[in-house]
Amino acid sequence: MLLVALGVLAGSLVIASAAFANPLVPKSGGSPNADQIQSLYKIILYMAVVVFIGVEGALLFAVIRFRRSKGAVAAQIHGNTKLEFGWTLGAALIVVAIATVTFIKLPGILNPPSSGPNGLTVASLNPPKPSTGHALVICVTGRQFIWRYTYGAGCDRASWERRLPYSYQEMVAPAYTTVRLVIQSSDVIHSWWVPKLGGKVDAVPGYTTYTWFKAPYAGSIYRGQCAELCGRQHAFMTALVKIVTPAQYIEWIDRQATAIKAANDQVAQLRYELTQMHDLSLTGIF
Amino acid sequence: MSVTTETRPVPQLLAHRIERPRTTKRWIDWVTTTDHKKIGIMYLVLTFVFFILGGVEALMMRLQLGVPNNTLITGEHYNQLLTMHGTTMIFLFVVPAMAGFGNYFAPLMIGARDMAFPRLNALSFWLLALGGVVFYATLFWHPPEAGWWSYPPLSSIRYSPSGGQDAWIFLIHLTGISSLIGAINFYVTIVNMRAPGMSWGRVPLFVWAILIYAVLLIIALPVVAAAVTMLLADRHFGTHWFDPAAHGSPVLWQHLFWFFGHPEVYIIVLPGFGMISEIIPVFSGKPIFGYKAIAASTVVIAFLATLVWAHHMFASPVPTVVLGFFMLSSFLIGIPTGVKIFNWIATMWRGSLVLSAAMYFAIGMLAIFTLGGITGIFLASFPVDWQLNDTYYVVAHFHYTIIGGAVFPIFAGLYYWFPKLTGRLMNERLGKISFWVMFIGFNMTFFVQHALGLEGMPRRIYTYQPGLGWSTFNLISTIGSFILALGVLLTVINVVRSLKHGHRAGPDPWKANTLEWFTTSPPPVNNFDAVPYVRSLEPMRDIRREVERRTGVTQKTGGSEQFARV
Repeated sequence: MLLVALGVLAGSLVIASAAFANPLVPKSGGSPNADQIQSLYKIILYMAVVVFIGVEGALLFAVIRFRRSKGAVAAQIHGNTKLEFGWTLGAALIVVAIATVTFIKLPGILNPPSSGPNGLTVASLNPPKPSTGHALVICVTGRQFIWRYTYGAGCDRASWERRLPYSYQEMVAPAYTTVRLVIQSSDVIHSWWVPKLGGKVDAVPGYTTYTWFKAPYAGSIYRGQCAELCGRQHAFMTALVKIVTPAQYIEWIDRQATAIKAANDQVAQLRYELTQMHDLSLTGIF
Repeated sequence: MSVTTETRPVPQLLAHRIERPRTTKRWIDWVTTTDHKKIGIMYLVLTFVFFILGGVEALMMRLQLGVPNNTLITGEHYNQLLTMHGTTMIFLFVVPAMAGFGNYFAPLMIGARDMAFPRLNALSFWLLALGGVVFYATLFWHPPEAGWWSYPPLSSIRYSPSGGQDAWIFLIHLTGISSLIGAINFYVTIVNMRAPGMSWGRVPLFVWAILIYAVLLIIALPVVAAAVTMLLADRHFGTHWFDPAAHGSPVLWQHLFWFFGHPEVYIIVLPGFGMISEIIPVFSGKPIFGYKAIAASTVVIAFLATLVWAHHMFASPVPTVVLGFFMLSSFLIGIPTGVKIFNWIATMWRGSLVLSAAMYFAIGMLAIFTLGGITGIFLASFPVDWQLNDTYYVVAHFHYTIIGGAVFPIFAGLYYWFPKLTGRLMNERLGKISFWVMFIGFNMTFFVQHALGLEGMPRRIYTYQPGLGWSTFNLISTIGSFILALGVLLTVINVVRSLKHGHRAGPDPWKANTLEWFTTSPPPVNNFDAVPYVRSLEPMRDIRREVERRTGVTQKTGGSEQFARV
């Protein structure tokens, strides 16, 4: 019976891997850090499968082989020091191996590379920097229940006052370019996560956190969503990252800036008309 | 073994039950009792009620997630359900259920007549009940909705203005004081009240586990008590511990909460490990393999458990070197846990396995918990965790560890000790059916959740769009959860039926090893008239052997009925 159950388990694993995209490993393909995490996951997975089969196999064998039968006498063994030392050491070795692999993979996941030869070249101000300093900065601000992206060099208050172009929910970013994200929150804790572009980073009010991605090609839209419970509409706090060519990016930024300016002008005009109409002073109301 | 038998004959009588004429109503006996066994039973009954409530909350969440864009439950109610489910299962079911088993069996297993502080013991139970009442009363007003770890600022007065959040804080305080008093009581009892001859090398492994459980509670609970007090002060008394607008830090809460929260995980599973360490040898017909290694690994796990808390915070603003430290400490905890699993399998090796319902659940625990432990290694590698944290992968992982490491052992313990609790055996056949239904339902519910997490589904979302590759897995998971619930229901039916119709058990139906079987089932108020001198880890085995030697009759259904007036 246990055999059947384990068979079902193994079977569902196989069927699952065949029937669906690839639910055996984390997503990747949008950025080198996501790729590196996936390959680290795979290395651990290979070791884990061996351990899993070994332990469950031994358990299954023991249950089948040593169930009570006529004439069988249980061996009165209290322990075996050599054996116990052996498997403690074995477990330790596996753990050391996984730790070593993690540390080997870490720099590729943590440190952003430089933008490629076709990428957009922008001077950067904020830490951490890629070795040559070429990276584009996009400020990500989480709030209930939407992400806001501000495009520009700095992410402090001054940059807000400079009326940099911004967008909500859908980020536009250039391909071949190392994009550094400066992540903040203006209310509760959120978590920035687009699986194909790498791991998640919490947006904690009062703190600034960083991550990065470098898309290998233009034309894709990557989907993600907030990964930290942030309130009743947490499920709808989604994020889209649209990768375009550097030229398209520059064009889009210009268009967005113009559109925002036009909208602001329209609001200013409307305000002016309202105050005129009702004979109100601008100060004190707006 | 036979050296001192001439001077210390085997007791001819285990225990006398003295029936005093009843002067009060039966329920008053229960409310006013200080008997560790009655308190233990009250713990078990109350926590099973909360288990059912928490389970119903889980089923409602699974119903909502069964299909995409479902509108059965709103975001508000979903958040309330996930908060109630997590809080109920942790604070009102698993931890106090272990206290229930500990209460009933730790004194019996060490040959004591009661806990060291019987009235404090009653206070522990009633504080727990009060905590549950305060928390569940919010159902009539406004349940909390910030999750069981209640991260500020979401749990601050600004974003969670309702009193439900305060009720949650009071629940933590009340159950916390309850567990703390209980823990001190367990510690004092186990250290001071062991039977003559029961040195530390002869203490049953379940008692070892309860001792370490108590120590961990004493270490961890004051920290969460401080944290929720600070949160209460932030909410109502104008402090700013966790308020980023006034230079407070939400990350401080995370450190304090998880400094409690991770030891809590081991508080939950160590007693489960203890039960498994009692049950497997009995049904394998063998002594436990590597007693010292299992006891020592319990201590090592407890020590490491206080050093791994920040692995819950790998995506939080924490320096990389700290992440490295917590990754390594989390890896280390895999070693003693692995050692335990190897030892349990080695205990079964070359044994003569009696596959009773209790043994089914114990073996099921090994099968399930192993996978939970392995996925824990993935999560401990912090770059990998950046992809997996806060996804359904984590939900799968901790349900494999908690249902594997605690709930299956609780069921194993129930089938194993039910005859001692009630004097009647549970139905073995129904128990085995219940096991298979639970085992299949459990794996259906949670195995696919690994895939959901890898496919990018975050935890705690109340609905999702179609076309993301999540719909099929979610439907499988929802169907599985109802199968799991059916399995649990079968055991509930089994309990209710067996109370009236179960076969009479006698004092020692399993030919077990420890002293709780050296008295009638259920035991009288004073537990034992005489406590034997303990010469090994398995005193009941020694007694059976001695009886066999003297009478020349092989003991078939346990030894103690030979000299007990049942």
